[in-house]
Amino acid sequence: MERIGLAPGGKTGEVLAQDIAQRFPQGVAVAKSTNNRLYAKVDRSVLVSLCTYMRDALDFEHVTCVGGVDWLEQGKMQVVYHITSYANKVTAELVVDLPRDKPEVDSITFLWGGANWHERETWDMFGIVFVGHPKLERLLNPAGTEVFPFRKDFVTGRRV
Amino acid sequence: MDLRLAPQAVAMSSAEFLSWSGEVIDQLMRYSGAKKAVDKLTAPIWSWAIRNATVPLHFGIACCALEMAAASGPRFDAERLGMIYRSSPRQCEVLLVNGWVTAKLRPDLRRLYEQMAEPRWVVAMGECAISGGPWYDSHNTIQGVDTFIPVDVYIPGCPPRPEAMIDGFMKLHKKINKEMKGTFLND
Repeated sequence: MERIGLAPGGKTGEVLAQDIAQRFPQGVAVAKSTNNRLYAKVDRSVLVSLCTYMRDALDFEHVTCVGGVDWLEQGKMQVVYHITSYANKVTAELVVDLPRDKPEVDSITFLWGGANWHERETWDMFGIVFVGHPKLERLLNPAGTEVFPFRKDFVTGRRV
Repeated sequence: MDLRLAPQAVAMSSAEFLSWSGEVIDQLMRYSGAKKAVDKLTAPIWSWAIRNATVPLHFGIACCALEMAAASGPRFDAERLGMIYRSSPRQCEVLLVNGWVTAKLRPDLRRLYEQMAEPRWVVAMGECAISGGPWYDSHNTIQGVDTFIPVDVYIPGCPPRPEAMIDGFMKLHKKINKEMKGTFLND
């Protein structure tokens, strides 16, 4: 399919998905790939190596967003990364599943500095620990807050 | 100062003299009625002057700040009523709280209020500043500015239109006119 506005030498999402699936047969499950999108479920053990490969070999320069999802009934938490490539004009959405009783994942701040505050906010709101983060402190809530307000078992109500 | 220790000479330091003379003049003016007269003469002048210079602090918090900006635009032109925004609390008379106040903002807002010189007024604009508004059960939003700052005028609305904001300031003008503080701002 002819790609409108594709940068010279750029690859489509389908090509990148094949590349990633070939390189990481274990731990990465590409759910869907379109012209400029790429959706994948990633095991947390291969997240850092996948991200390093995406940054160094596949020209993903930019973390657009890091967020969390709390699945209370299923007993798991998810971290959703949106990583963008300007050269390929592709946004990759990586989803990492975490157990709810021990939500820990490796930090990718050392790869993209833009992930710093996103990860910090995700910890602030969901309590997901990013191992290796340079400054995992309260960002939006005042220092000394002892709750994680975006968790589904958090009881809303007047506190201050 | 103990006069028994120096019966021959009454010596005062400059600070002692200033406090003594200030007290004497104050009491003289109070008991001769001059203070009351000066207050009565100057109060309408100062009241008129303050009413025409209700300078709000330029401190936009949330979407009500857009209405604040619209009110100072050419269509409503709040500046003709003395509402010129200044960025320093030292130069302001009115603290216009326009938006939600989070627990993180509360100490800074309190500090801004305390930095403002007397006479000062506080206007709570919009539902969030009045009572928390849509964030009535939030974990981080203060349920009304009046929980930590005395508020003079409430402007309801979500957000209030610029006319409503100007109307709130007209209410504040009435309050200033009624208080009629003279040169001696106390009593």
